[in-house]
Parts: sequence; C-alpha cells; structure tokens
Amino acid sequence: MAHVRITDANVTYQGVDRKVRALDGVQLDLADGEPLAIIGPSGCGKSTLLFALAGLVPLDSGSMEVAGEPVTGPRLRTALILQDFGLLPWKTVLANAALGLEIRHHPRAERERQAIEALERVGLGEFLHTYPSELSGGMRQRLALARALALDADLLLMDEPLSALDALTREDLQGLLLELWRQRGHTAVLVTHSIEEAVFLGRRIVVMTPRPGRVARIVDNPGFGTAGYREDEAFYETCASLRRLLAEEGALHPAAGVAGEVSR
Amino acid sequence: MNPFIRKVLGYAGATVVLLAGWQLLSWLIGSPALPGPVPALTDFARLFFPALVPQLAYSTWRVLASVAIGTLLAVPLGLVLGRSPRADAVLAPLVFLSYPVPKAVFLPVLLVLLGIGNTSIVALITLIVFFQILVTARDAARQIPSGSVTSVRSLGATRWQVFLHVVLPASMPDVFTALRISSGTAIAVLFFSESIAGQTGLGWYIYDAWGRIAYSEMFAGILAMALLGVVLYELIEVAERRVCRWTRAGR
Repeated sequence: MAHVRITDANVTYQGVDRKVRALDGVQLDLADGEPLAIIGPSGCGKSTLLFALAGLVPLDSGSMEVAGEPVTGPRLRTALILQDFGLLPWKTVLANAALGLEIRHHPRAERERQAIEALERVGLGEFLHTYPSELSGGMRQRLALARALALDADLLLMDEPLSALDALTREDLQGLLLELWRQRGHTAVLVTHSIEEAVFLGRRIVVMTPRPGRVARIVDNPGFGTAGYREDEAFYETCASLRRLLAEEGALHPAAGVAGEVSR
Repeated sequence: MNPFIRKVLGYAGATVVLLAGWQLLSWLIGSPALPGPVPALTDFARLFFPALVPQLAYSTWRVLASVAIGTLLAVPLGLVLGRSPRADAVLAPLVFLSYPVPKAVFLPVLLVLLGIGNTSIVALITLIVFFQILVTARDAARQIPSGSVTSVRSLGATRWQVFLHVVLPASMPDVFTALRISSGTAIAVLFFSESIAGQTGLGWYIYDAWGRIAYSEMFAGILAMALLGVVLYELIEVAERRVCRWTRAGR
C-alpha cells in the first residue's frame, strides 16, 4: 500500500552565488494507487520533489512518508525513471532490466526470470542481449519501465520520461503507461512539461510555480482513464483550463510566442 | 570480407611496404650498420629458436608483469581520485607534481636500491605505466554523467555497487586507450633498461650485438622487439573487445 504523504516539505540548495529554495512548504497527499501528474515551468522544483521522494535529496524541514514509513533513503519498491541516462550503456537489455534486483542481491536465476517477464510486458522480449545504444528512444524508455516492473515497484516516480521522444512514440508510450497502471494499480508521480500528457496520465494534476518551488493549484481530472479520453470533449476542456491556469500563474507568456514550446 | 582475413591482409600489405622502404633506405645509405631486410631476416630465422626465443621470453614476462602491476595499481586509485573530491584534494597535487618528471632518470637509483636485474627493470616500467594510466583513469571517472550514478543510487546501490556497476565500466574505454599508448612506452623503456641493467632480454641482446659489430644479428633482435610490440598491442586490442563490447554496439 504505497500511499504518499508530504507535509510542509522544504528543500534549499546552494546555487552558484546564493541559496535557492527548491521546495517551499509543499503539502501533498496521494492515495494508494493514485496516478498524479505534476506540471510547471523549469525551475519550479518538480525534479527536486521527485528526487526527495526517491530518497536521494534530504529535506531541510517537513516530512515525507511512503506507505507509512518516513523516507530516509532509497526504498525497496520505489522506482525512479529518468528522461535519459537512466540506463547503463555497458549492460545488455536483460542486465539493465535486472539491475535493481542485482543490487538487492537476488539470486541470478530469479532476477533473470523476473526481468524477462517485465521485458516481455513492455514488448522487448526479443532484445534481451542487445545494448541500449542499439535501441530506439521509445524502446529505451520501455526498458527503463521494465526495470521498474522487474522490481515490482508500487511507487513509480517519473521525471519527464517521454520528453525526448517524437510525438507518435510518445503517444504510444503514454498508452503503455496507462495500460500498465490499469493492470498493476501502482501509485505514480509523473513530472511533465506537456499539458496533454498531464491530463492523459494524471487523476489529479498539480501545478507548481518556481522561485520558490510551490504547489500553486491542484486540478481534478474526473475524466482520467475513461475509454477514448484523448478524443473526448472533456479532455480538450481540461487541457484548455489547465493552459489558462498556467498562464495565470505566469508559466506561459503567449505574447512572447513561447506558448507552443511550453505546451508541447 | 571476413574481418580476420582483412586484418591479416592489412598486416601483410603494411609489412610489404615497410620491407620495401627498408630495402630502399639500406641501398641509399650503403652502410653496414643498416643491412637490408634479406640478411637481417635470414639471421632472424637462423637465430630465432637458439638465440632469440630465450631473450624474447625474458623480455615478454618483464613487460607483461610491469603493465599488469602498473594497471592493477593505477586503475582503482585513479577512479577513487576521480570520484572522491576529498581523496583528490590530498593526492592530486602529488600526482601532478610527479607526473611530468621523467621516470627513466630514476633507473640508476633503482639499480643501486634493487640491484641489476629483473626487479629494477620491472619497477621502472611499472612506474611509468602506473602514472600514464592513473591520470587517464582519474579524468575518465570525473566525466561520468551524473544521471548514470543517480539512477543506480535510486535503486539503493551502495558506494561500492556504484563503483562496480557505473564507475568501473564507464571508465574502461579510456583506460584501454591509455593502456595502448603505455604499451608503446613500456617497450621503449624495456629496451632502455635492459640495455643498461640486464644480462638477459632483447634490449641486452641488441646492445650486445651492436658492441660486437654484428649488425645483422642486431637487426634480428630489433625485429624480435618489434614482434613483441605488435603482439602486446594486439593482446590489449583483444582484451578491449571483450571488456568493452558495448562500445561497438549500435554502430
């Protein structure tokens, strides 16, 4: 049961010439199995929030709990998925997928069985002995997912996992993420730059603002997960209202002509 | 074409070009100090088993032992320096002050301390290989993308596991490049130290033949040394292909 409770979380880090408040009084609760999307401009602390939840960045004050336990370091069933470099180029697809289990000293036969099963689920069952550099961008991200599945993760933390992919591959993988969530019911926190992605993959959408990194709004997304949601009128309406909200919070500057970039 | 056959053909072609150039140079200079390939190769064939093989064996084990000891000491130390700012702050100045000092000048000191023979020769080559690999391994470890480390740490890896799964494999291609360059230096230092401090080995053999004005024998020794260099280089190449298989993937 991976419910998440974040209470008044503060993180400051030393920038080049001054202290930067990356997180300022962040308050957030996730029910077990809830998919949450976080959106906001660069520098709003989205990644810091994920890294803190993964146990890689310590809090200055406040607390974080996953499944009722305070976060003090990397947790066994939390998986962090990064945009790139999450994979080790010197390990084969199979070894990459099994890495989490290897680090946790699972016996070889068991970790390979679990990794192969996970790879088959994401459609990489035929690429066990290839290297990541031989895979396309979409396949690499599938591999990163397989690593999380092999760990039997109940909390998936994703830091812009799809932002390096072309539009079609991205949509394909968004579908896969939704499908896996339907099958497994894990808790998920997805950090993204894309309004459409946030609406497609988050039951609630958190809007963050930068300097200091704060939760500005939390938007409910009741249509999430319904069949054909992407083509639905409600989907477009939620996207439009989210876009207005981001503009109000100063994340979009339509006059400067950068709206397209932010909403990609 | 089969890559192995292509390699053999490449070596054969290069050999023909080198032999032709050698012959030409020998005609132009016309000195007994530079015999042509025919007398030198004849002597090489004649002396190979009775005289050259024993010396080749001495030289081979000396250079292999030195390169192995130097690498095994330098790689872990260099990687630790590259990843630990604290260790680096203490040891890096020491390394950078001593790196540019030509280590070969210490041969006389080593001879006094360790005596004439194997120990001095191996110590000198090890010293030189050690520094070349140390500096490269340190730089390689510093350039590892932080994302690789983060993702492995998020899986709960200890410092040792990060070292094993990320730092060590990520640095291997650079270490092998350094090893290839060091192997050339190692052979050169081998000749230098054997000709001064040895009563065995190819360096001694070449120097001795020179002293006896036996120029074609001297050239037979030079050919054997060249052979040692090529074999060492190829051994490193084979090891790299096994260890760094991933660098050839997806090309």
